[in-house]
Amino acid sequence: MIAFILRRLLTLVPLLLAVTLLVFVLMTLAPGDFLTPIKMQRDVPAGLIEQLENDFGLNQPWYVQYARWLGNVVQLDFGYSWSFKVPVVDLIGQRLFATFLLSLFSMLLAWLVAVPLGVLAAIYKDSIFDRISSFLAYAALSVPEFFLALLAVYLAARTGWFPLGGATSIEHDFLPLGAQIVDRAYHLVLPVIVLGIGGVAGLMRVMRANFLDAIRADYVQTARAKGVPEGWVMFKHVLRNAINPLISSLGFAFSGLLSGSLVVEIVMNYPGLGNLIYQAFLREDQFVVLASILLSCVMLVIGNLLADLCLAWSDPRIRLENQDS
Amino acid sequence: MSNLLREVCRRPLGIASLVTLVALYLGALLAGFIAVRPVNQQDLEHTYHPPTRITWHDGGLAVQVYRVVDRSGPAYEPVPGEYRRLHLFAPGFDYKLLGLLPLQRHLLQPADTDTVFYPLGSDSTGRCVFSRLVYGSRVSLTIGLIGITITMALGLLVGGLSGYFGGKIDFFAMRGVEFLMAVPSLYLLLALRSVLAPRFSSDQMFIVIVIILSLIGWAGAARVLRGMSLSIRRTQFVLAAECMGQGPLGILRLHILPNLASYLLVAATLSIPGYILGEAALSFLGLGIAEPASSWGLMLSQAQNIKIFMLNFWWLLTPGLAIFVTVIAFNLLGDVLRDVVDPRMKTQ
Repeated sequence: MIAFILRRLLTLVPLLLAVTLLVFVLMTLAPGDFLTPIKMQRDVPAGLIEQLENDFGLNQPWYVQYARWLGNVVQLDFGYSWSFKVPVVDLIGQRLFATFLLSLFSMLLAWLVAVPLGVLAAIYKDSIFDRISSFLAYAALSVPEFFLALLAVYLAARTGWFPLGGATSIEHDFLPLGAQIVDRAYHLVLPVIVLGIGGVAGLMRVMRANFLDAIRADYVQTARAKGVPEGWVMFKHVLRNAINPLISSLGFAFSGLLSGSLVVEIVMNYPGLGNLIYQAFLREDQFVVLASILLSCVMLVIGNLLADLCLAWSDPRIRLENQDS
Repeated sequence: MSNLLREVCRRPLGIASLVTLVALYLGALLAGFIAVRPVNQQDLEHTYHPPTRITWHDGGLAVQVYRVVDRSGPAYEPVPGEYRRLHLFAPGFDYKLLGLLPLQRHLLQPADTDTVFYPLGSDSTGRCVFSRLVYGSRVSLTIGLIGITITMALGLLVGGLSGYFGGKIDFFAMRGVEFLMAVPSLYLLLALRSVLAPRFSSDQMFIVIVIILSLIGWAGAARVLRGMSLSIRRTQFVLAAECMGQGPLGILRLHILPNLASYLLVAATLSIPGYILGEAALSFLGLGIAEPASSWGLMLSQAQNIKIFMLNFWWLLTPGLAIFVTVIAFNLLGDVLRDVVDPRMKTQ
């Protein structure tokens, strides 16, 4: 078990090296760098630009830059953001919380709505409820996420029921703690719903299909034959078997926890990690981009690992050690 | 093939999605004929004009006349009882049908050239939303087809060959694929875009987007195809072909490809929405198709304006509906195809 986890984590090292190298090369190949907008301004003296280039190390060839960055990262120094002038770790830390809240609640929403809906749709298969919910799930999977976000902003602007964007209101810092929490929750409602809808639809379809498969199994017949009450059969026998594949999807959801909401964050002007990364890419703020790529690669691998571990925990038939062969 | 088509047409959902898609593609093909105005003709006198109502008046099609109520909004209201005549197949602006045939006739044109006719309203510079929607459909509808062709060809080549040969080729190809799948696609997309975009002019952006989306997408296809060709490789007819001295490329083309065809068809149909949504999202973020070209994502990004929300210019959100209809049609068609080709693959 521990050997398995260690082996999985070891594969992270070449992966991270390759990914950061790839992104570094791509960013070098892209014309211009962080200083291009400054160089365009006529009133900036050439000496200052030279000094800045020297400070940022932009006058070095790319492999020297990469080696320096790598050397610092090994010592857990991720550099500082050129555009915000603060350490990258602090910057990402600030945004991490906002994105984490958003993703966590939309995942919670997706699970809490999708599992009961999927179960009901499977139990009452081909009823009007099943048809309507299946159709809605189908529709929800076909709407572009950014369009949903746009519609949500539209709704907020037309009705005034919800704030138009941001994670907190202007007076947030002056409010008592309770009011601060309420304020954050109020700003979270629309983004969470927009992000959650896609998740609800996807999970619901999987849940319904799994449940239908499990209902036809022999052990269900046996349970019914020996007189187990119907509700008990459904929840004790069917549900526990049907939910297995979803548990492994929980691990995958973890990997998307920090990067899955970029478009929604941009449209709804939510100050999360996705928004930050997008801006950093546009400005070629190298260290921010590299650090966030490191972060999301680590999350991806850990997420996949969690998925396997969860599955092994919920289904004793699965043996981790044999999976690699 | 005709058998497949017949099976699809026997199912109500299949025929509905097929008809929708054919209509959409016809619209894209005949964009010049259907559009009511040139795609970039501005009219600063009539910005944010609401959709003009088309009615039956005096024994012919006619369009409602509107007057400006408030210039600052701007706000318009219909003038009761005043209509202007519309003609079917009437002459209008010049265009080239299918890019070849110079023509002037349009599906629907006002009788007088100064008539204000916006079937779906106008945008911030008085351009016709309907015409832009029709022209924009060319980008959205072709990007999926071209993208999926590149993806599937790459996937088939890499996946098929590595499944066939196995050994070292397989090992290296699959490590490469796993690497591509492990890179968060979003960053790859942004990075690739920043490398490629400055090397092309803005009207070549279409090519850049197709390349980016297919470069990201082919890895998954290659993995699945490798597994399938691996299992086909062990069948007797492939071994027989090998014994008779057929080369690997011949086997791949004559024996393995036909067995993958049904999977390829279904997978391609179900993957096209990904490309349509990808293009729309890129253009929406300002990283894709740029002015003066038109695409649905680009049109939606211009609808991202607080004025539009506050004053309820809902017609600027119609490109979202168009994307939705296209994507759902492709998804439905893919599901129906899957049912027809392999009922066991059905999950829902």
